[in-house]
Amino acid sequence: MLKEGQIRIPSGCAISGIIDKKGNRFTGDVIMKSIALMHDRSNGLGGGFAAYGIYPQYKDLFALHIFYDNTSIKAQTEEFIEKHFEIESAGDIPTTPVEGITNKPLIWRYFVTPRTYLVRDGFMDENEFTSRCIIKINADYKGAYVFSSGKNMGAFKGVGFPEDIGKFFMLENYEAYFWSAHGRFPTNTPGWWGGAHPFTMLNWSVVHNGEISSYDANRRFVEMFGYKCTLQTDTEVITYLFDLLVRKHGIPIEKAMKIMTAPFWDDIDRESEDVKKELKSLRAVYANALVNGPFSIVLGCENGMIALNDRIKLRSMVAAEKGSKTFVASEESAIRIICPDPDRVWSPRGGEPVIAFLEGAQK
Amino acid sequence: MSVNFTTPLFKVERDENKCIQCRVCEKQCSNKVHSYDAEDDVMRAKDQDCVNCHRCVLLCPTGALIIKKYPNEFRENANWNGQAISEIYKQADTGTVLLTSMGNPKPFTIYWDKMLLNASQVTNPSIDPLREPMETRVLIGRKPDKLEYNAKGELVTEIPPQIELNVPIMFSAMSYGSISRNAHESLARAATELGICYNTGEGGLNRDFYKYGKNTIVQVASGRFGVNKEYLNAGAAIEIKIGQGAKPGIGGHLPGRKVGEDVSATRMIPIGSDAISPAPHHDIYSIEDLRQLIYSLKEVSGYKKPVFVKIAAVHNAAAIASGIARAGADVIVVDGFRGGTGAAPLRVRDNVGIPIELALASIDERLRQEGIRNQISLVIAGSVRNSADIVKAIALGADAVYIGSAALLAIGCHMCMSCATGKCNWGIATQEPELVKRLNPDIMYKRLVNLISAWNHEIQEIIGGMGINAIDSLRGNRLMLRGIGLTNKELEILGIHHAGE
Ligand code: SF4
Ligand code: SF4
Repeated sequence: MLKEGQIRIPSGCAISGIIDKKGNRFTGDVIMKSIALMHDRSNGLGGGFAAYGIYPQYKDLFALHIFYDNTSIKAQTEEFIEKHFEIESAGDIPTTPVEGITNKPLIWRYFVTPRTYLVRDGFMDENEFTSRCIIKINADYKGAYVFSSGKNMGAFKGVGFPEDIGKFFMLENYEAYFWSAHGRFPTNTPGWWGGAHPFTMLNWSVVHNGEISSYDANRRFVEMFGYKCTLQTDTEVITYLFDLLVRKHGIPIEKAMKIMTAPFWDDIDRESEDVKKELKSLRAVYANALVNGPFSIVLGCENGMIALNDRIKLRSMVAAEKGSKTFVASEESAIRIICPDPDRVWSPRGGEPVIAFLEGAQK
Repeated sequence: MSVNFTTPLFKVERDENKCIQCRVCEKQCSNKVHSYDAEDDVMRAKDQDCVNCHRCVLLCPTGALIIKKYPNEFRENANWNGQAISEIYKQADTGTVLLTSMGNPKPFTIYWDKMLLNASQVTNPSIDPLREPMETRVLIGRKPDKLEYNAKGELVTEIPPQIELNVPIMFSAMSYGSISRNAHESLARAATELGICYNTGEGGLNRDFYKYGKNTIVQVASGRFGVNKEYLNAGAAIEIKIGQGAKPGIGGHLPGRKVGEDVSATRMIPIGSDAISPAPHHDIYSIEDLRQLIYSLKEVSGYKKPVFVKIAAVHNAAAIASGIARAGADVIVVDGFRGGTGAAPLRVRDNVGIPIELALASIDERLRQEGIRNQISLVIAGSVRNSADIVKAIALGADAVYIGSAALLAIGCHMCMSCATGKCNWGIATQEPELVKRLNPDIMYKRLVNLISAWNHEIQEIIGGMGINAIDSLRGNRLMLRGIGLTNKELEILGIHHAGE
């Protein structure tokens, strides 16, 4: 059977996200409880989490989380990493046996900084350098897969129900100010750990529920800018779109939303001349970055959480607030189980983002 | 006089029981096929001159006429078939190049028909265009590689001029001269009502039609007929015609008999003179020269209009298209070997150029590899026959399509492929006032509006079924296509999987 990346596998899903906008950290049990409630939205073929704020002691280093199929590819990949980065610390990611979690790959973690002379020689910044190295490993080192590469954040994922994956990685021992989670319902899968979500790139992480019908248009667009969609998943291409628009092109994040879930022409036509001109420019230049089809996503970045629905809301998504916390989930019950009396609960409209950034963060 | 070796192509059958000898057919047929024989009191027909345009058939009040393929057959021979033989007779008779009209009719693979479309089931809902917005608007023109915002979060990039099409369809270049004034008027009015564009072709623009300027693309071809500053500023965009799918590498020839007072004024040439467009532009012998012309046109139009460059789909189209993009064109138009024409040498039409589907796929892919596909618009032409062809073209990577033959069919063309004779019985490819009068623009423009509106509904239905609600998400979305009955090489060039994969 072909593995993720060799074939496109559609899947349905459950997602959940919690952020404390004051930056207070809390352990992974909370998000595990929320995603566990939506057990029936996954089928045991993929689950995962993204956690921000978990590595304060290494906050200026890139944390690479890598799956290896075997020790020989590990050795080859480490040689590549060694050549391009200074490795501050390396070791396997602690796990504990959980029933139902089988076939685990080697799971390693490295805290690294790019070798400065290489960055300088390539006329790039260290983010661009690191992202290129990761794209290279994932494309060329068969059997190695970097599934997390941000600073002071990390992804944890695998084949299994999300709550079991959480236990497996012992997320109750990590403290983060922002957690997102994903339970997957692929229509078929060879059970490859790399194919689980979240998908991440540098500090971006995306968990996503839905199947985007614009996939190939989006893929071919980002690939023009040097990305390689090795996984052929929606989450991967959505992450690259954000990375391209916000990091590489410097588009403000809320404008990036206006690209990916562009307002309808009829609505644009009703705007004032100035607004119309801007929206028209966004749609003209980034037409192929419009994301179509049913989706709800929770996007993580340095500044915090953004949740977004497709333009006509073909996937459920509920949001809530309580004190300094913002919650989003595929189902309201997944919020209420961890926050029984929210100050406010609402159902965001299609194309209307929920932006929950850390206090003081730039939008 | 020696015997004429050629046999007729068609046979006019008249049901004598139905014929009332009203002589309508005689009046309607510009080829003078029908005549009244007073001696015997019967209608006669000269089969030899019939082109099978159906005019008499449809106008005969009693329905007495049928046109059939001429039953006479040559001895069966797979190599020397009837057409091959007759062509030899014709050339031996006249000593001239064989002239023909409309697009390549040969049975080459039609790739549109070898591609199937996708639809949503379960994992992804289809979208109903009757309930939800379904966007088919496209912006045609050059786009910057990215937009820039300043520190205050204000957009600082000004995007170059775009033309806005409500539907990704335009009427392709058909000159005033090759087609009639009434045909032009129908196209112009329909384009205006639909919010799309029509193209003047290389014959200049009649004064009376300047009012449709917002929906007009003015063409500049090698003959430069009717080109002046006012003309260049009269439309929404300017198109440089390098080549045409029906006759790549060949110029044009409008016979003097089609150059009446009006055409002469519009083209700025003397009445009755032949209008000859040279094969190349004599100021474009290389890509740098093209760049100069593009920028001269931009200068003269104040950088307010996109400049299109149209080429025929030839073997090296991908590299040429890339050169055109780099030469500063805003829109590349590629015309496939099935594209129509008012007149073309038969051998050229039937043997030169490549199918638009393959040219489109390789140009789109090449421009992506070079990272410049997003900066220009890609418009294709050369036999788009229906809305499904359009959906497939856009999924392969086109921004919009041009239709020519389909538009003429909508206003009555019967594909008799005899435009070059100038005796079009439907008032389209003719300048004879008696024939032009037959085409009523008030009625015909509505038929064009109907056709495009119907296609737009179908496009919306099909993309909605794919779970897409904006045409932007279809563009280049080749996963929506599957090949059927194609070789690995063909699939590779089209960049699609086979059905079942
Ligand atoms: S050329 Fe047309 S009008 Fe004349 S006989 Fe033939 S079908 Fe009839
Ligand atoms: S335009 Fe007129 S002459 Fe040309 S093919 Fe159509 S009907 Fe025949």
